[in-house]
Amino acid sequence: MSPVTVIRNARHWKSGAAIDLAFERGVILNAIPAAADVVLDAAGAVLSPGLVDLHVHLREPGQGSRETIESGTQAAAAGGFTAVACMPNTEPVIDNVAWVEWVRARARAVGRCRVHPIAAVTIGQKGERLTEALALRNSGAVALSDDGRPIESAAMMRHALEYARHAGLPIVCHEEDLTLRGEGHMNEGYTATRLGIRGIPAAAESVMVRRDVELAELTGGRVHFAHLSCAGSFDALRDAQAARPGGDRRDLPALLDAQRRSGGRARHARQDEPAAALREATGWRPSRRSPTARSTASPPITRRTPRTTSASRSRWRRSASSASRPRSRSRSPDWCGPATSRWHAHSSCGPKHPGACSTCRRWRSKAASRPTWCSSIPTPSGRLTRPRSAPRAAARRSPGCALTGRVLATVCDGELTHLDPG
Amino acid sequence: MIVVRHSSPGAPAYLAEQVESAVVNAGDGMHEHPTQGLLDLMTLRQAWGGGFENRRIAIVGDVSHSRVARSAIFGLATLGVRVTLAGPATLMPAEVERLGVTVAASVDEAMEGADAVMALRIQRERMEAGLLPSLSEYTRNWGIDAARVRRMRPDAVVLHPGPVNRGVELAPDVADGERSLILDQVANGVAVRCAVLRRSVAALAKEAA
Repeated sequence: MSPVTVIRNARHWKSGAAIDLAFERGVILNAIPAAADVVLDAAGAVLSPGLVDLHVHLREPGQGSRETIESGTQAAAAGGFTAVACMPNTEPVIDNVAWVEWVRARARAVGRCRVHPIAAVTIGQKGERLTEALALRNSGAVALSDDGRPIESAAMMRHALEYARHAGLPIVCHEEDLTLRGEGHMNEGYTATRLGIRGIPAAAESVMVRRDVELAELTGGRVHFAHLSCAGSFDALRDAQAARPGGDRRDLPALLDAQRRSGGRARHARQDEPAAALREATGWRPSRRSPTARSTASPPITRRTPRTTSASRSRWRRSASSASRPRSRSRSPDWCGPATSRWHAHSSCGPKHPGACSTCRRWRSKAASRPTWCSSIPTPSGRLTRPRSAPRAAARRSPGCALTGRVLATVCDGELTHLDPG
Repeated sequence: MIVVRHSSPGAPAYLAEQVESAVVNAGDGMHEHPTQGLLDLMTLRQAWGGGFENRRIAIVGDVSHSRVARSAIFGLATLGVRVTLAGPATLMPAEVERLGVTVAASVDEAMEGADAVMALRIQRERMEAGLLPSLSEYTRNWGIDAARVRRMRPDAVVLHPGPVNRGVELAPDVADGERSLILDQVANGVAVRCAVLRRSVAALAKEAA
């Protein structure tokens, strides 16, 4: 007999209705059995499908001082995540079958959530030679990315998109024109001028987005834009996504999706461009969106970028970009209600997932066989700051911001991967 | 008489306009290789007993850079053979369907029920140019091995313009197997080229007379 687990007194993540749920061996039971081995009392907390982060850095192989597969997935589980896609800009780069298999094996051994490796587009992320996309797909890679670096050559990007099509994998783009970025360190504008620090124009990002929109159209390859940070990039996406009936771009929206940058040197088109313009462009705030804006950026959860403390605290000009504190409380999502439903819908691979993101769609098909991903999140009755004394992840540069709500428990594939000590 | 092989497409035609001589195109860039096309037709005619109608051939590999493929397509399409192409998307030229061929999603699909397969040579430069990840990845996905040969009709034949990268475009047992007509292609090449030279000389003599 395997243990039967019952979650009692939860609220449905979408409807808010009272719900009890039982599962055994990773499969949800039709009825709540009278006897259970484990009973979790949610005490009115929200029960939702597990969240998925499309963009994390687990830093292994080779950079275990920043993060490990073990610590990173522990952090994921503690946040209600049941699957993450990890980036290949490790040392060595995850650019061959052996490393993809190693990451998966390591995750099976020590991981607290499902780990879907993203493999490099080019060998060593050098932008010179393609990786074996078909072999990488067969070994479990879910996407290709040279994240951390842009694919500088447009011709290489074209070839990569054409080739990735054979494997059916999207290319996750780190959009940054290195010549425009130059030696810049912050958003170009008044503040940079006043501080005497070289700026980076927003166009450094948006010109690359425009380029890759065109290349997606040329090749039929799928592009996922990671961490977009300026309104111009979203303008480029919206232009591309504006479906024209009968026009050439009819199929283009299906090829493109994007994520808003969560932190780091997130910038607005110009220093003097109000933050609201970016929020408007990304569709972040539900009340002020137009229907087109809503679809521009789909999965909002993104990019945990662990660094060592020394890397983040080195002198400004050499320091690594890192997650920054959200500007206001209003930006952290409430845990219930329509806004959250959308947030969950985009961030999880539950059966209700609208499938806006092609990467998620791929996972969703896998998830369907083991429908037990759930996490419970309490009502926003109290603002609970994540205790800094006991960080789950190796890196400590995550925003120490006040979050409303806390994940009580996370279940992945029938295993309890996180239980809040409180 | 001038026999010319040149890296620029159209060079033999240009030369023919400039000189009062017979000019034979022995390969111009990625454009055409007419005597290869003729020897391929001759080899297939022998294999198929003369009938080209309703036959189907798969041409597999680097179509983009291949003058052999273009000449074969021109000749085969003219004779009513159905041509299906397969290869990496990075090595497939744009709008190639307008040459009267179809492009298959995979080599297996292209070879299914075919009467012949023509493998094209893969150049190592394609890896340097970022068009292909590696030879091993090419072989796994587009290389022609015995299992793929079995997808074709029982009497189907295997062609390759040579020189073969054994173990890359063709598995060794396929290249040397009984379906392989590669050595017939070489022998027919000598005959076809003798015929081209002879006809050209005859035409020159007629003009002079």
